[in-house]
Amino acid sequence: MIDNNILGPVFIHLFTGILQLIAWRKTVTQRFISGIGSFLGVLIAIRLFTKVNSDGILTLNAANWDAPFGIVFVADLLSSTLVLITSIAAFAVSLFSSTGISRQRMLYGYFPIFHFLVMGLNGAFLTGDIFNLYVWFEVIIISSFVLMTLGGRKTQLEGAVKYMALNILASTFFLTGVGILYGITGSLNMADLSEKIKMVNNQFLVGITSAFFLLGFGIKSAVFPLYYWLPSSYHTPPSAVAATFGGLLTKVGIYAMLRVFSLIFIPDDFTKQLLMVLAVLTIFTGSMGALIKLNIRRLFSYLIVCHIGFMIGGIGMFTKVALIGTLFYLFHDILVKTNMFLIAGLIRQMRGTMDLKSLGGLYAQYPKISLLIVLVLFSLVGIPPLSGFWPKVFLIKDAYAHGEYAYIFALILGSFVTLFVIARMWSEAFWKNVPEGNELEDKFEPMPLARKILLVLPIGILALVTIYIGLNANFVITLADNIADQLIDTKPYIEAVLKQKQN
Amino acid sequence: MEFFLVILIGLFYGAGVYLILRRSMVKLLLGIMFLGTGANILIFLLGGIVKGKPPVIDETAKMFQDIYADPIPQSLILTAIVISFALTAFAIVLLKRFYALANTDDLDDLNTPEEEDI
Repeated sequence: MIDNNILGPVFIHLFTGILQLIAWRKTVTQRFISGIGSFLGVLIAIRLFTKVNSDGILTLNAANWDAPFGIVFVADLLSSTLVLITSIAAFAVSLFSSTGISRQRMLYGYFPIFHFLVMGLNGAFLTGDIFNLYVWFEVIIISSFVLMTLGGRKTQLEGAVKYMALNILASTFFLTGVGILYGITGSLNMADLSEKIKMVNNQFLVGITSAFFLLGFGIKSAVFPLYYWLPSSYHTPPSAVAATFGGLLTKVGIYAMLRVFSLIFIPDDFTKQLLMVLAVLTIFTGSMGALIKLNIRRLFSYLIVCHIGFMIGGIGMFTKVALIGTLFYLFHDILVKTNMFLIAGLIRQMRGTMDLKSLGGLYAQYPKISLLIVLVLFSLVGIPPLSGFWPKVFLIKDAYAHGEYAYIFALILGSFVTLFVIARMWSEAFWKNVPEGNELEDKFEPMPLARKILLVLPIGILALVTIYIGLNANFVITLADNIADQLIDTKPYIEAVLKQKQN
Repeated sequence: MEFFLVILIGLFYGAGVYLILRRSMVKLLLGIMFLGTGANILIFLLGGIVKGKPPVIDETAKMFQDIYADPIPQSLILTAIVISFALTAFAIVLLKRFYALANTDDLDDLNTPEEEDI
């Protein structure tokens, strides 16, 4: 079904960004525009989601070119759900930024770039054209480069050099893959590719092409041997930026993998095995890294890597149950990881540091906020009935059914290490008294109430959504079930994109 | 023609990977640029090189009698060039800023001990 509203989530952030460019250096106006724009973004995303949920897959042909020739935008359940969750996370980050980002950074265009980044994310989820996906990826990374370097401190630039080099490298691999794919099939439309790729005589070449995509998306989503840029850069930018990156950017890599490997390169046994091995190693190295870090944000960075492994494993098994687990985990992870970095930012505001050794006494001073935070932490660890628990049930169940014992072991190890580091963080930062002789600068206490609300409210919103997902798991599981159906049986997607040719 | 382009692409990719693995930041930059150029030529080559044909199919033609020059790879390359231009410009400024701050060109010096800030 053709629908012009598909691009709403992209355009709303584009226009918000442009309006903010007009209000250049007027930081108060920019904050208002950002809040309103992101809120409208959430409403539009909800509308798109309900529409896709009731009417099925929506498509839009750019400039009315028929499907395999022009660029096509497709909103299926996976895309629209991710757009919805991204919009919610972006709304929370936007509120948090209005207090959590220094005025200097706002003066140099933090808000416009943030909205261009979210626009890129929404575009990447909605496009149905592989080259267009590459272009959205570039929109994302160039915005993220600016956000990462904004402020220009030495550590920040250090992190940015690594981040930049590896992300450009990933894009080049992706582009190479797209080039070869065009060379062997003569198409760029993902639905069309899905049909044409089967007709290629040289299936070995197809396998090599898929390796390029795996490499490119693997770097983006921080899979085992390619993740080193992540922990060495995500702790450097301001927390609101790190929240966007940690919650959303690596997940685009996962989304692209889900899309490309379900639609174009159906995983064969070798790819599946490879993904399983990568998943196990990713979980293992990520959790080992998290064990030794004492800086909250570095710890979270390793947890991102660890939890990416959970999802890669689900893709590697590529059965319906495993995909349900992966998708559920993906939704949960975006919300919770964004929230974790916002919490890190809040702690930084309260204590002026994020080092576990010098933190302390947060629970005694802020009991209510701590109780809110502990809900998020429980959800990350996966205490039932919160959202982190359900996907693991599916993943472990399916891994057991397929005899992937190494993956089960890694999953349990990863969950256990998460529990351990979060418990340690809780006791060090919240329960322990402030260590003797530490000068703490509490910027949070003297803040006016409005600013305090702006810092805590986004965490509350995201926590509410997480709790909703956890308690209303039935709905999310049904949703993930439908999405998994669409991923395994791609016929509806292909028909929705290509069938308009006849009319 | 194709043969030479294949060699050229191989050289670009090889040189790019080699330069990225070096420790100097300038070489890293050059390596990224080489890889980007290599990818562009690869798309050009894989799109099929046709000499002296128009990029459109004759209106009266009932089928692909003649090979025509495919315009898509060229538009893809154009997009990729613009993007890599922007990325390279950003990378140059970033590396220059970093050089001004750290006064070193060695990528191994990118490991300042953990610092508490922000």
